[in-house]
Amino acid sequence: MEGFLPLIWVIFWYALSTPFIIYGVWKLKKVMSEHPESKPMLAVAGAFAFVLSSLKIPSVTGSSSHPTGTGFGAIMFGPAITSVMSAIVLLYQALLLAHGGITTLGANIFSMGIVGPFVAYFVYNALRSIAGFNIAVFTAATLGDLATYVTTSFQLALAFPAPVGGVMRSFIGFSGIFALTQVPLAIIEGLVTMLLFKYLLELKPDVFRIFHIEDKATSTEP
Amino acid sequence: MSELRRLTLIVVILIAIIGFLTAFVPHMIGIMPQWGGADAAAVTKIGEISGYKPWFSPLWQPPSGEIETFLFSVQAAIGAAIIGYIAGLYTGRKEAKRGQP
Repeated sequence: MEGFLPLIWVIFWYALSTPFIIYGVWKLKKVMSEHPESKPMLAVAGAFAFVLSSLKIPSVTGSSSHPTGTGFGAIMFGPAITSVMSAIVLLYQALLLAHGGITTLGANIFSMGIVGPFVAYFVYNALRSIAGFNIAVFTAATLGDLATYVTTSFQLALAFPAPVGGVMRSFIGFSGIFALTQVPLAIIEGLVTMLLFKYLLELKPDVFRIFHIEDKATSTEP
Repeated sequence: MSELRRLTLIVVILIAIIGFLTAFVPHMIGIMPQWGGADAAAVTKIGEISGYKPWFSPLWQPPSGEIETFLFSVQAAIGAAIIGYIAGLYTGRKEAKRGQP
């Protein structure tokens, strides 16, 4: 989508995303110095986004898209740190794959690195006390993925309002392309994120405890 | 069966069902699936709305579809290697702590 966003929107989304990245880098440094034992898990969170956003998966709408992989990082380390990870993934894809782009980077960081992780983070925290751990993680990662593509649709609708019906009309059109295609992918992302959490929790519950993530169902070490 | 194994099995089955539906649902609702990228569909849509032409092109593009696929695979491989290494490291430490081989 390189060059498809008018310059004014390029500047707008860059301006909106930059503060989050700066705060995210600061937060990342803070976590690494306060809890150096969490570094491998930070690597896992970034790597998970790397893997999932590289998988172009066919969907029921007859087109293909890819998940975001930001749910794990967002639930574990919060949205700000996840923004930085997303920026790295998006930069790789923009420079080496001509997927996304430098002009659309700000907008993509906003949808994948900010809105998605924020949704995942809040959904997890809202559901954690009323639903089980598995349901909370699954729902959070699924809705975070979906929110990313709803945001993309909205960003395109703002830049390209329909001559008749305006932004809302365009939003429905772009949602039909992005959000609808994303539904089965988001469910897959939710399922895989839940599994990753369960496996790592079983292996290394102490690192998760630092970030207040516990699954009562997981048996603790004797 | 442990909870983790049962959960893994459920996830695998659910993903298989989604894969099955993906293969058959489009034909059933009358779509001829092309499995093209959603981005390309959005570009077409932008053209329908406004006839907008991009004002900036990628600095570098993979010279062919094969090379693009290769670079996507490298991305997945880097991520998978890191996750596998760390999961293995933790498994090893956990076993060492237990005193099991």
